[in-house]
Amino acid sequence: MGVFEPVIELGRGLAETLRSFLFEKTVTVQYPEEKRAVHPRFRGRHVLKRYENGLEKCIGCSLCAAACPSDAIFVEASENTDEKRFSPGQRYASTYEINMLRCIYCGFCEDACPTEAIVLGDNYELSFTDRRDAIYTKDTLLEPAPAEDLTTPRKVEAGAFTRSVPEMQNPSAYGLGK
Amino acid sequence: MSKLVTLTIDGKQAVVPEGMTVVDAAKSVGIDIPVFCHHPKLEPVGMCRMCLVEIGRPMLDRATGQVVMDNGLPKIQFMPKLEAACTNRVSEGMVVMTISDKAKEGQRGTIEFLLTSHPLDCPVCDKGGECPLQNLTMAFGPGRSRFIYDEKNHLEKQVPLGELIWLDRERCIQCARCIRFQDEVAGEAVLGFDERGRNTQIVSLSTPGFDSVFSGNTTDICPVGALTTADFRFGARPWELKAQASICTQCPVGCNTTINTRREARSAGEIVVKRVMPRQNEEVNEIWLCDKGRFAYHFTESKKRLTRPLVRKDEKLARASWSTAVNLAAENFVKFKKDFVVLASGRLANEDLFNLKSLADTAGGRAILYSDMGGGDITSLVGVGQGTNIGTMGRGDAILVVASDLYQEAPIWWLRVKQAADRGATLIVANPRETKLDKFAKYVIRYAYGDEVKTINDFGRKTKISDEFAKAKNAIVFYGNEGLGFHGSSGLASACGILLKETGHIGKPNNGLVGVWQRVNDQGAWEVGFHPEPDLEKALKGKVVYIVGSDPVGDDPALAKALRGAKFVAVQDILETATTEIADVVFPAQAYTEREGTFTSGERRVQRFYAVVPAKGDSKPDFSITAQIAKGMGVILEGSSVSVVFDILVNSLDAFADLSYEKLAMVHGQFPIVGRGDLYYGGTTYQNTQGLGIQLVPSAQTGAAVHISKVRKEAALRPKENELLAVPVNKLYDRGVTVNPTQLLDQRVGEAAITLHPLTAGELGLEAGARAKIKFDGVSAEVTVKIDDSISTGVTLVPRSMGLTIREPVVAKVK
Repeated sequence: MGVFEPVIELGRGLAETLRSFLFEKTVTVQYPEEKRAVHPRFRGRHVLKRYENGLEKCIGCSLCAAACPSDAIFVEASENTDEKRFSPGQRYASTYEINMLRCIYCGFCEDACPTEAIVLGDNYELSFTDRRDAIYTKDTLLEPAPAEDLTTPRKVEAGAFTRSVPEMQNPSAYGLGK
Repeated sequence: MSKLVTLTIDGKQAVVPEGMTVVDAAKSVGIDIPVFCHHPKLEPVGMCRMCLVEIGRPMLDRATGQVVMDNGLPKIQFMPKLEAACTNRVSEGMVVMTISDKAKEGQRGTIEFLLTSHPLDCPVCDKGGECPLQNLTMAFGPGRSRFIYDEKNHLEKQVPLGELIWLDRERCIQCARCIRFQDEVAGEAVLGFDERGRNTQIVSLSTPGFDSVFSGNTTDICPVGALTTADFRFGARPWELKAQASICTQCPVGCNTTINTRREARSAGEIVVKRVMPRQNEEVNEIWLCDKGRFAYHFTESKKRLTRPLVRKDEKLARASWSTAVNLAAENFVKFKKDFVVLASGRLANEDLFNLKSLADTAGGRAILYSDMGGGDITSLVGVGQGTNIGTMGRGDAILVVASDLYQEAPIWWLRVKQAADRGATLIVANPRETKLDKFAKYVIRYAYGDEVKTINDFGRKTKISDEFAKAKNAIVFYGNEGLGFHGSSGLASACGILLKETGHIGKPNNGLVGVWQRVNDQGAWEVGFHPEPDLEKALKGKVVYIVGSDPVGDDPALAKALRGAKFVAVQDILETATTEIADVVFPAQAYTEREGTFTSGERRVQRFYAVVPAKGDSKPDFSITAQIAKGMGVILEGSSVSVVFDILVNSLDAFADLSYEKLAMVHGQFPIVGRGDLYYGGTTYQNTQGLGIQLVPSAQTGAAVHISKVRKEAALRPKENELLAVPVNKLYDRGVTVNPTQLLDQRVGEAAITLHPLTAGELGLEAGARAKIKFDGVSAEVTVKIDDSISTGVTLVPRSMGLTIREPVVAKVK
């Protein structure tokens, strides 16, 4: 090995650094001022969805809680009336809680939901200073109503919403079944 | 024992009694044939077609009638089509194939067909998770349907059949289990089918809707979520519930129950009772439970529950520590030792009553049972023998029910007695008025109120009825206190005891005397040594009284007066009552759902109940409070372990000899099979895993000499002109402290009403539904009038525990 070889190598390295500094785009994102878009199937914090008419999709069936491998979900159901309606049909979730410290974001709750009410959203910014704050209640999880007068609970026309689960369609329409 | 036949099911040999259905025979050897309409307690109908199987029978030679043999084995001839296994009875040499391709094809087809119009709203259905239709669809269903979705038939989804039961017409699969239960088992045909074809639906035929005290059972045997209870509606999903065994405390039958609990947000994170389900005990309640037992548990979570000890300070009850309250009570009990009285009721467990009795005995006090019915000594002597099971009584046996309306007082006994009559037992009903049991009785005896003892003594004379009773293989007498006070019912018990002794119906299983008590453990209280006091007023006046589990002040103004004149009153109860209001010291006790213990049923069966939910506040179990007070008085009693109290009890009382908590918790196999894996078959009744209990041996069965002294007839009350004889009768849904807090039952409880004969009512110018003023014995109230032409004239029926104080027959004025 000659005397000049290390110096040449050092020069090469510095040149590469200079090249990337001058000609390449930076990959660093200035979080939290800047945020990167998540992947389409990203599993973040849960959201309880509403129908277009503002009624809650959740019917309090507790199947998400049954499917949850880490026992993070607690649901308690009550009965709807046309005077005070939360969701279509007879039953709604009067209590819906997820313990985010327990949740492993597996998405089984989403799979189990018969009305597509619980959806893992794209929010990953979860931090708490107290264990109690880690329990997200229905108020936090429920997405905002589409309009001011379409919120829940609300008075609806009697007998208009009798079915909890949307009318079943022929599965072949979705390319399922035969 | 009937003839046995041998058949082969899926290659397995089964030896079963002749006349059994193929489904039941298969079940007995562990083979599950799917069923919806078939239920082992009901007659088969073959409505749902789910149990289709291949059945072959040995081929017979037409000429000789002999079995055709083929290679040394009988040649089996299969039917060309599938047969329903539930309507076919077993026969010798039958071969059944339940899992052949052909059978499976048939079962798949049935499920597919049943689901054509099923709404599949399992997520919101209370049955979801314990639903036979769900389970059998997973096990036998085709997985996909060939029917057109748009042609689903939609029917009404929320139909109240009564205020207790909801019907969802879409979910119903028309198996008719509920209709058949009401017709065959309960004997009250209040349900029926309406319309035809796809519009067939269940309707209530009665007013008020679903007028039966057994309505809750239809929700247990409904194989889908068509029938659900209003009480549990959306309460929780079945898999979220914890289950713990308990005993129903509403009547002396002692039905085995399972209590389901869950931690709830709306109850501030507390573990609460969500529903009460029957637990199988074929010798007590089979798989049934009456509506009172199922729904009236709410008193344990009443807002009026006592949670802290209270001590009277400056005329007001104020919170105090346990030690202050206990010391105050102990001090006074010791100070007025001569006047110490313990007044306890049959709402308490055996262990509580035993500790109370020990305290009273050691401290030189008196132990009084808060009850106005007598005869517990007679039932200990000639009670039903160990091994008694009304469910095995039938042809050749006799049952006598006297002075008791079993339907109102002990519904499950009513059900079992009625079924024994259906099986051919001679049922004799002796009552001054028409009761629901009359319809099923072979003989009905009517007597005037006051003639109870005479009626039973008349059995000694030779008549057709007394002959049949005397000659019966087995005979049981149920006696109650309808129209009777303490003396009357004691006399009646003696007369019944003598009758049973003279006819030889004592000391054997299925023979003996049963008291239809008003509280769950009245029999246990008698066993422990508590006796009622006929003149309670005198016994309490000016004394130092320790009242446990009873509300004399709320029940009787005369007793309230007596207790206000008492030197010192300590009250121990689970609820705030009128009695706690006048107390000097109040101890909060735990309800039966919060602690362990045992009860003795009317049939003298000792049964265990378990702690289901955590104790409310600072409350303690009764036996423990008693032990603490005893300690303050210098008496040592066991106060920490309830099983140790029971062991001491067993050692001191002969009747309980050899019993232990372990023995009471033992179980054995029972038929039909119910619960979890088998709920498609027997229903959602819980399997019994925590104890069947043990019946006490009556003295007569141990071979001891039985002596019952004859009773002198008391002079009957003779009402003067313008006066009526007011007699107490019992009502199932009353205003008792253990029923009232359940709002769901309010409609059934109704208001206080007196019953009159139409002629008497006519004389008084009253009609049905009119308001009348009744006055007797210091009581005066305005009540509604009911008319009943089966009672005698000159009599008015006054219901107990409905706000009118009546302990025994009295003379009354009605305006």
